[in-house]
Amino acid sequence: MRHLLSAADLDRTGAIELLDIAARMAATQEREIKKLPTLRGRTVVNLFFEDSTRTRISFETAAKRLSADVINFSAKGSSVSKGESLKDTALTLQAMGADAVVVRHQASGAPHRLAHSGWLSSAIINAGDGTHQHPTQALLDAFTMRRHLAGSTDNPDGVGRDLAGLQVAIVGDVLHSRVARSNVQLLHTLGARVTLVAPPTLVPVGVESWTCDTSYHLDDVIAGQRPDAIMMLRVQRERMGGDGGGTAGATGFFPSPLEYTREFGLDARRLAMLPEHAIIMHPGPMNRGLEISADAADSPRAVIVEQVANGVAVRMAVLYLLLAGEREAWA
Amino acid sequence: MSYLLRGVAPLGGERTDLLLDDGRIAATGRQARVAGATVVDADGLVALPGLVDLHTHLREPGREDAETVASGTLAAAVGGYTAVHAMANTSPVADTAGVVEQVWRLGRDAGWADVFPIGAVSVGLAGQQLAELGAMAHSAARVRVFSDDGQCVHDPVLMRRALEYVKAFDGVIAQHAQEPRLTRGAQMHEGVVSAEIGLTGWPAVAEEAIVARDVLLAQHVGSRLHVLHVSTAGSVDLIRWAKSRGISVTAEATPHHLMLTDELARSYDPLFKVNPPLRTAEDVEALRAGLADGTIDVVGTDHAPHSREDKDCEWAAGAFGMLGLETALGVVSTLMVDTGRMSWADVARVMSVAPARIGRVDDGPFPQGRPLVVGEPANVVLVDPAARWTVDPSALSSLSKNTPYGGRELTGRVVATFLRGHPTVLDSRPATPVGGGAAR
Repeated sequence: MRHLLSAADLDRTGAIELLDIAARMAATQEREIKKLPTLRGRTVVNLFFEDSTRTRISFETAAKRLSADVINFSAKGSSVSKGESLKDTALTLQAMGADAVVVRHQASGAPHRLAHSGWLSSAIINAGDGTHQHPTQALLDAFTMRRHLAGSTDNPDGVGRDLAGLQVAIVGDVLHSRVARSNVQLLHTLGARVTLVAPPTLVPVGVESWTCDTSYHLDDVIAGQRPDAIMMLRVQRERMGGDGGGTAGATGFFPSPLEYTREFGLDARRLAMLPEHAIIMHPGPMNRGLEISADAADSPRAVIVEQVANGVAVRMAVLYLLLAGEREAWA
Repeated sequence: MSYLLRGVAPLGGERTDLLLDDGRIAATGRQARVAGATVVDADGLVALPGLVDLHTHLREPGREDAETVASGTLAAAVGGYTAVHAMANTSPVADTAGVVEQVWRLGRDAGWADVFPIGAVSVGLAGQQLAELGAMAHSAARVRVFSDDGQCVHDPVLMRRALEYVKAFDGVIAQHAQEPRLTRGAQMHEGVVSAEIGLTGWPAVAEEAIVARDVLLAQHVGSRLHVLHVSTAGSVDLIRWAKSRGISVTAEATPHHLMLTDELARSYDPLFKVNPPLRTAEDVEALRAGLADGTIDVVGTDHAPHSREDKDCEWAAGAFGMLGLETALGVVSTLMVDTGRMSWADVARVMSVAPARIGRVDDGPFPQGRPLVVGEPANVVLVDPAARWTVDPSALSSLSKNTPYGGRELTGRVVATFLRGHPTVLDSRPATPVGGGAAR
């Protein structure tokens, strides 16, 4: 693997291997001295065209725990807003000798362009591009599910296992969600059955080709599928009023926040309907009271904070696989 | 200067000789003899009437870094064209007699191909108020085609008024069919590929809704409508239906919508970003069938040059549009002639005769799209139907290089182009412009 651009870049074997390495990375993070010498002398650039403090800090922590040098390059205002072009930014990073570039960009496909344009030779890691992909989020979600739902007393992280047979419901704004796209692909690769749940306006035309089921009724999915994991997607405020175009003629994707919450929110009633062992996930940041109630977010079944911690381990694993090449030096 | 085209096959038919003398086709067959004529060995070559494009973006005035009238018409000549219609979305917009006359004069001065300016329908392409269509029609540029191309005339009242108004001078409204509210922020065809790769979708219905409305408006007011760059199977059906009802509608397909599909967007390379977007394989097949059965009247290039910086970027930042003039005949030859779906006479119809007729440039002082018979103007293109050639972006004559066909092999190579008896292209290379290119 030269780049990580999409969850589709990983086959079952590769995904399990990556999750297994993440488990070993996570174990090292239990130690008092968390830092490993693995990537000493290597340079990782966090190239963020879009604000995302959480993702950036997670990648930064991961790189630093592996002893890489980290450069944060906040490039808000890309060629779209007549700043420096993506190409010139790439040439600059190439000149600086970046070994890996972690890219967050508002344009779908920008990491793909960086990886295939010939502008730079670094490994490219997609940290979220437009409404396309967010593969490390899917990996940390899979890691979290495996630990909770495929682990056992003698193998708490479920090392070597996939997610075969698990039922996963992903609820919310699928249309604009890179998290949903990455998760549908990766969870399918790992053998889970995914059901997307959303109002029809927030399901993309063309979803029928995806490796998942789609429903417009959350209650039916909870009662019928008995999901082992339920993932609530963030509903962005700007989707409710206008159409994102900013001008008159407000045509939201759903009538009101209250109606959304009634139909698609994870409230106390739906929380009680979930199977005993089911885990509650959210990629963050949450809109409490909209897609997820405080009852659900703070319940013992919520693994939302753990997702954040697992994010560091998974990103360490990705950096390790892309940059360390040989496999022994780290432990 | 006289040229004797020896052994040429007009419209791919019987071989004969054509004598081009004093700007006209002077004689054919055994009569084609004159002292001092330059003999062109045209054995095995097909002669077509000079191609006429109804849809060219020459970018001048305003974006001379991407294309000029001179460079664009040179590219046209290399592609076998003797006339192009220059779209109005320049800067300033071609919405006054002054601008259309400027473009017309630049074309005449350049001398590579006749330039027929298209006038804007609305002032500044803003879709609010009719531009002075009459003034443009009566200017030296003699405008007959009006279009806000790049923008849709989406206001139904403005569209109705425009359709009605141009009846006074036998004009036509060339519509860019795109419902703006359904396509806000759209980046590519809405379907399986857009869902997967996360680019905002441009649904087929946004084109079809406007086509349906406009054919009904054209019927209601008894006017001529021309639908630009038809891209969906549904639009082809609507136009077929409208024609069956006797509605005066004509339609265009572009070479890229005939050849390429939305699968190319997976590369995220803005070379494949165009408006309307590349559609599915089913749409492509519907367009080919529509072109073959006459539902689609013309192939228009929508030649849209863009500078490198407008394409060397992420998809969302890239400009819409691709080159077409130098590859159109090759695309049509490859897709339609080699497959037996169309004859060379059909190619002459969709790339010369019908576009000239729709633009009303088939008579007057410098008629285009005329038959290859004695007495007609010597606007002739010679095509090698057997040649296989690979598109090399760096070898294009256009100032811009944003072709989507780089590395593709096409057939049907243009060997020579004659504009009123003067060779603008010989041996597949630019020769000289008419009048030596008075301006530049």
